[in-house]
Amino acid sequence: MSSEISSYGFEETIVRLPDQSTARIPKVNFISKEHGLLSWLLTGDHKRIAMMYLASITFFFAIGGALAGLIRLELLTPQSDLMATDTYNKVFTMHGVVMIFLFLVPSVPATLGNFLIPLMIGAKDLALPKINLLSWYLYMAAGCMVIYTMAAGGVDTGWTFTVPLSTHYLNTNVLSTGIAIFIAGFSSIFTGLNFIVTIHKMRAPGMTWFRLPLFVWAHYAASILMVLGTPVLAIALVLVILERTMGIGVFDPAKGGDPILFQHLFWFYSHPAVYIMILPGMGVISEVISTFSRKRVFGYTAVAFSSVAIAVFGFFVWEHHMFIMGVSNYSTLVFSLLTMLVAVPSAIKIFNWSFTLYKGSITFETPMLYAFGFMGLFTIGGLTGVFLGTTGTDIHLTETYFIVAHFHFVMVGGMLMAFLSGIHFWWPKMTGRMYPEKISQLAALVTFIGFNFTFFPQFILGTLGMPRRYAAYPAEFQVLNVFSTAGATILGVGYLLPILYLTWSLKYGEIAGNNPWQATGLEWQIQSPPLTENFPEIPIVDHDAYDYEWLERKHEREAVTSVR
Amino acid sequence: MSDSPVAIEGAHTAHEHPPYQRHHFETMEQQVDATGFAMWLFLLTEIMFFGGLFTAYLIYRNWYYPAFVAGSHQLAIIWGTLNTGVLISSSFTMAMGVWCAETRRKGGLVLCLVLTFLLGLVFLGIKTIEYSEKIEKHHVPGFHYSLKSFTNPDSDPEAKAYGDKPLPLDMARHTEMYFGLYFAMTGMHALHMIIGIAILAFMIVKAQAGAYTTGHITFVENFGLYWHFVDIVWIFLFPLLYLISRHG
Repeated sequence: MSSEISSYGFEETIVRLPDQSTARIPKVNFISKEHGLLSWLLTGDHKRIAMMYLASITFFFAIGGALAGLIRLELLTPQSDLMATDTYNKVFTMHGVVMIFLFLVPSVPATLGNFLIPLMIGAKDLALPKINLLSWYLYMAAGCMVIYTMAAGGVDTGWTFTVPLSTHYLNTNVLSTGIAIFIAGFSSIFTGLNFIVTIHKMRAPGMTWFRLPLFVWAHYAASILMVLGTPVLAIALVLVILERTMGIGVFDPAKGGDPILFQHLFWFYSHPAVYIMILPGMGVISEVISTFSRKRVFGYTAVAFSSVAIAVFGFFVWEHHMFIMGVSNYSTLVFSLLTMLVAVPSAIKIFNWSFTLYKGSITFETPMLYAFGFMGLFTIGGLTGVFLGTTGTDIHLTETYFIVAHFHFVMVGGMLMAFLSGIHFWWPKMTGRMYPEKISQLAALVTFIGFNFTFFPQFILGTLGMPRRYAAYPAEFQVLNVFSTAGATILGVGYLLPILYLTWSLKYGEIAGNNPWQATGLEWQIQSPPLTENFPEIPIVDHDAYDYEWLERKHEREAVTSVR
Repeated sequence: MSDSPVAIEGAHTAHEHPPYQRHHFETMEQQVDATGFAMWLFLLTEIMFFGGLFTAYLIYRNWYYPAFVAGSHQLAIIWGTLNTGVLISSSFTMAMGVWCAETRRKGGLVLCLVLTFLLGLVFLGIKTIEYSEKIEKHHVPGFHYSLKSFTNPDSDPEAKAYGDKPLPLDMARHTEMYFGLYFAMTGMHALHMIIGIAILAFMIVKAQAGAYTTGHITFVENFGLYWHFVDIVWIFLFPLLYLISRHG
């Protein structure tokens, strides 16, 4: 990584850092403005709340990751020998609950989205700073409830709370988990609501809808899903709790209730939730791909609308989680067709990113490596989703490791890659310092290799018929399971590395300057880390997103004024 | 670092705006717009929340219509109607409260909020009477649920008054589902009322100190929206739960 300003032409990196011997982190910024724990715990600043979210989300990711490690260790051998089978049930349930509700759903929106949306649209803060802080407290309350659940003996319903298992047959901590997810849901609702209001009402003069960075469009679409979907999960959980405590009968076949109704309510949220998790990641990828190929995102409007299309279609496909649960054949036909429709906007995104790369000046910094990982792994995850959306193959593949591999390709291979891509990309903006480039490129590579080793064998295991959610399996599946566990170990190293070197870089990283990537977003035109009020003067936007010529003209103007 | 707060203070006083304008909004209009929009979005999430319950209700009502009719005969229409009147009146006093805040009438605002508060309490009081009737007759779902009123309607004054025929046992058992939904739906509604009443108490104290009569009425206005929403939910609950068999 060269620190001196190099001339234009072919180069390995676009990174331009200020002269390290004279560069300093700006004395006044949102981190240095106030000191003490209370100045963080009572803050209304979206950037501080984002940092608090980042720390807490990393904490819960570590817990969820440790549980995943236990699952893989147990599956190293065909017998259930590391833990008893009911312990295994609890471990995979807690892994799912922690990873989905405490990591994936808030991961990009609550950290990067929170930090960046006001900066990207030229606002001083989110529209509702107190609600934003409340959302973090609700998240922490939910997190504490989950930790309590684990300490009190865990829960073994699976993250899906399948009734009547969860309401009638289990004596584990269903109530505390249900309440935890209910609270986490409200945290998510408030985040989404805040984003929608902010994007509608807080844009700087000249920042029209079609000048918004695609990151903002993706968050807007995800927010719609959070606001409309999450309350339905909330009521489904309330009914589970009432069924368990009072026996109101709504999901109890003995009283004429229908467990399938729970499935409908649950998946009405939990399918769109998949897009709540992935859409913000897609927003990150749009920014990264454009910046590191020095081109406007190909088909900007199509990518923007594909986010909204995913949000809309996402509400009409939930029944594909229920094909084997005794729903009518005609409705499976309709939902199978509708499921195919979601593939269209997803494909639009992948194709448009590919066309953005075409004839771009591509460089291979860490965020870009993760973005490449995202594109490949998300495509595999998405296409295997088509197998599962097809009713015939679904009956064979569902409830096997194929489905486990499918959603881990989308969620871990897609979303986690996007999250890490975004964290590296905006790390200089958030902290004012660069992460170490070489070791982080290595980490991206290790993650990619580890990921494929872990989850690709699971596709094969699934087609061979290994069911999910069992601690033991027939001996002939052992080789592939050993591969998977070995891969998980590599993956673990891949995740540990960023946590270590990013922490290191907080003190020892190179000074990043305002715009190390020469990116066009409004957030890159201000100091890093930003001021508490973001912009000393609200900017007036006179150019489209990803306008690299505008940036060049701006640099020329600044060079002229500095000579004077 | 040391001189920064001064610099920011200076920037703050450079352009004038009312004291209640939050620092991150450019104009007061933007602030009012944004908070109002946020409230409407929140009400949208509430619709989705109650929507799940209404879905469950509609499905089971279609499946077990006779049980739902027999169950609804156990509710006292007089109490339900009275409560509907109470809630609509409270919406009226709330709307008057918003008007008083708009026109900066402090005394009127406090009066209206107190009336709304009291009407809310009256609603919950009547609801308590209704709930205790159900508890006495063992119509709360669970271990103590009793089918007597539905398998032997002559033993039950309410059922007898409607001339109910005895339900076959497996249909009579579905009345438990009706009461399950009755308690879930009215309970969720009552919970919203309790939250509203708590906020009203807070607002009465603030209004007496003159908080909402200086031109900044966003809070009163948005709370009004919430109160009307809770009212409207009841307007749907009343016919769905009380008036099932009373159409032509």
